[in-house]
Amino acid sequence: MAGQIRIEVNGKRHTLEVEDRDMPLLYALRDELGMSNPHFGCGLAQCGACTVHVNGAAVRSCVTPLSAVDGAKVTTLAGLGTPQHPHPLQAAYVAEGVPQCGYCINGWIMTAAALLQKNPHPTDAEIREGLSGLKCRCGTHVAILRAVKRAAQA
Amino acid sequence: MTMTEVNRRAILAGSGALVVSFTVPALAQTQGVMRGGKGRPPLDPRRLDSYLAVHENGAVTAYFGKIDGGQGTDVGIAQIVAEELDLPADKVAVVMGDTAATINQGGASGSTGIFKGGQAMRHAAAEARQALLAMAAKRLGAAPDQLSVADGVVSGNGKSVSYGKLIGGGYFELQVPWNGKLGNDLDIDSKAPLKDPAGYKVIGTSPPRRDVAAKVFARHEYVTDVRVPGMLHARVIRPPVAGATLVAVDEESPRGIAGVRVVAKNGFLAVVAEKEWNAVRASAALKAKWSEPAPVFASQEELYDHIRKSATRKRDEDKNQKRGDVEAALAGAAKRVEADYEWPFQSHASMGSACAVASFKDGAVTIWTGSQKPHYARDGVAAILDIPVDKVRAIWRTGPGSYGRNDAGDAALEAAVLSQIVGRPVRVQGMRAEGIGWDPKAPASIHRGRAGLDGNGKLVAYHFESKGFSRVDINSNESEPAHSLIGMTWGVPLHSLDGFGHPEHAYEIPNILQAWETIPPLLDRASPLRTAHMRDPCGPQVCFAHESFIDEVAFAAGADPVEFRLRHLPPGRDREVVQAAAQKFGWQSRVASTHRNDSADLVRGRGFAYTLRHPTIVAAAVEVEVDRRTGKVRVVRATVAHDCGRIVNPGLLRNTIEGNVVQGTSRSIHEEVRFDTRKVTSVDWKTYPILDITDAPEQIDIVLLDRRDAPSSGAGEPSTRPIAAAIGNAIFDATGDRIRRAPFSPERVRRGQA
Repeated sequence: MAGQIRIEVNGKRHTLEVEDRDMPLLYALRDELGMSNPHFGCGLAQCGACTVHVNGAAVRSCVTPLSAVDGAKVTTLAGLGTPQHPHPLQAAYVAEGVPQCGYCINGWIMTAAALLQKNPHPTDAEIREGLSGLKCRCGTHVAILRAVKRAAQA
Repeated sequence: MTMTEVNRRAILAGSGALVVSFTVPALAQTQGVMRGGKGRPPLDPRRLDSYLAVHENGAVTAYFGKIDGGQGTDVGIAQIVAEELDLPADKVAVVMGDTAATINQGGASGSTGIFKGGQAMRHAAAEARQALLAMAAKRLGAAPDQLSVADGVVSGNGKSVSYGKLIGGGYFELQVPWNGKLGNDLDIDSKAPLKDPAGYKVIGTSPPRRDVAAKVFARHEYVTDVRVPGMLHARVIRPPVAGATLVAVDEESPRGIAGVRVVAKNGFLAVVAEKEWNAVRASAALKAKWSEPAPVFASQEELYDHIRKSATRKRDEDKNQKRGDVEAALAGAAKRVEADYEWPFQSHASMGSACAVASFKDGAVTIWTGSQKPHYARDGVAAILDIPVDKVRAIWRTGPGSYGRNDAGDAALEAAVLSQIVGRPVRVQGMRAEGIGWDPKAPASIHRGRAGLDGNGKLVAYHFESKGFSRVDINSNESEPAHSLIGMTWGVPLHSLDGFGHPEHAYEIPNILQAWETIPPLLDRASPLRTAHMRDPCGPQVCFAHESFIDEVAFAAGADPVEFRLRHLPPGRDREVVQAAAQKFGWQSRVASTHRNDSADLVRGRGFAYTLRHPTIVAAAVEVEVDRRTGKVRVVRATVAHDCGRIVNPGLLRNTIEGNVVQGTSRSIHEEVRFDTRKVTSVDWKTYPILDITDAPEQIDIVLLDRRDAPSSGAGEPSTRPIAAAIGNAIFDATGDRIRRAPFSPERVRRGQA
């Protein structure tokens, strides 16, 4: 069903005229707003490469219909921090040189950011549990854990 | 961002605060010469200008005919070039992956980035240095051998001049002694003096990667992010079962979805749309009729029997390890051991399915591809479109994962064809099912070891045979349409090649024979189980079988696994790598599986494996935890000792090894492509599970043996190779069960199953 969707993305308000109000948020961000993140990984909410924050919670934008986020505040990795004002996780990721191909990066950083918001000093087990289900194919998991711990201590 | 990357300059950890600053390298000021544009002489492997440019500000651009998939090869190249030119590494920008700017050095291929690519670039830099010193000698009125260089400034005769002043912005216009080869083996037979490694200042240090900050701040342009004005979005529709061909298509079936066009050509089927979501919806709504071929695959349960019984297409005996009379020695051995091993098909399962963007106009095409071999993608595109190679420009952009010949090569050719047909730029991307279900697979195989021990517990006979699908059924690059899905769909003559691998080691065994045999593919045309190169092609499978078998022989000899390996290794680098891994791990001498506790449910064990990936040497020791009730295996910690000759960048080498240990662990414990008699049924992360972070190792220790006097050799893949064997050997130590079929999944490891 066609219609209008209002969303705020990284602090900027948008009114979108869409052909399909149930189009996943991912396609609105990439196609309608021309953003280069998040990434399409699976379209099945199985990998996390499309993760964004909707009103502060980490969600998989590839399966989130636009109709469910009408009026919501969306933050993407680009809105989480900048080189001048990095989020502690971004600074930690740079310091640890975490990503290889980095295509999975939205999932890990956005999920970890939401986790640290709720639980600023998680244990190693809580970090692992909190990030469970996210995929990284290059095998950077051990570096990811180092970075999240570093950010939690920052 | 295009060629300019945000570069991490420095991270200073202060009292609880992180200060991050970023710089844009000299590249930004030199866009004019970046891509063989303004004034740059035409690309020619015989011209020095094809490899290097010196800019007015004294900064250098190296044009590198390979790419980096996230391990930092480009940083290593910058270090190598900087070292020969006496520059700091951050004065050297590296352009790679654009066929209009770089010579074909093979792309990412066989761990040759530094090994071979670095050598060629070192020789090019030495030629440049020699030319610069000759210019400086003239300018300063000094003999070349009286000159010294520091930070790109040449001094002599009491005067000095910078590289920038000598040539900045201009071109060398010099010939170099190219060895006549393209691809991985391209080199420059340079007579220019090379810097003595004893004086190295840049090689051996660890400048950081140049793409990390851009990726972390969502500013890195992936191939999926390329946008071209007027671009349409496409989805390719694969047959529902393997071997099916397109009979008819209902072009009206994606009703009610705006701006959709159906493209059907010679059995190749796709939809294109103005909006990506509409292309996705249309691909789901499209109704097509496909032929219903008889089942083409052996069932999964019969896979290894099929390999065993299948006619051999090619046999190869290892020339490096061939001595004595194995059968006679086996007959006379005090003790004999035999065992069989099996390894499944595995998928690259990149984070995203492949994507490519093509813009065809006036008989020429530009293609943006995630293929790690863009020069070959260019050749394949030219061939499938039947246009001259010089009408194609391929530009590599980071893809969603790069571990060999994955689905990127197919997407490149398909995007080009679609753009030519619809007359607009086209972006193609696969849905999840295409990435795992239809990417070229790492081959499944069987292996048999036969060994004989003498009365002193030493190997007197060793016979090792592998038999499996070829690692080059689909070649390691997409330069021929015969090796692409669309080419095969269109009926081009097939060109399946034969290749596998032998165990690589330095064991001294008086009677030894190693061989492999390849068999034909299950389906020879457009198969979702066609096989190709995937990180360390055939290395994990062969090493799993061979080093598991060595462990079994050690057990039969009543020997500690490390001690048994050392018994057969002469003094030298291999031996030192094995010792280094054992020492760092804290290996205590005992026979495997003698300390195990069979009544406990949660048990731990340790395992060892060693391998060459010539000439790189790796040894791995792991500790695993096995839940006997569920069969779940977890690597608690891993130690890797690694000798790849002279180390260019130890920091990035560590990251590379860490990634390989984790990816290798995932493949060993979790990964197996599932299929039935008609299709691949592994199509997503539920049906092709990989390692979860809850199971990531707690600790990975890495010992780097830096051989300053030995040439640098490959490091991208070798540490993947011994992981499966080390884990399997650790499971045996923990449980007494020898798992001879990978992966070590719960149903195979659970108590009473082995």
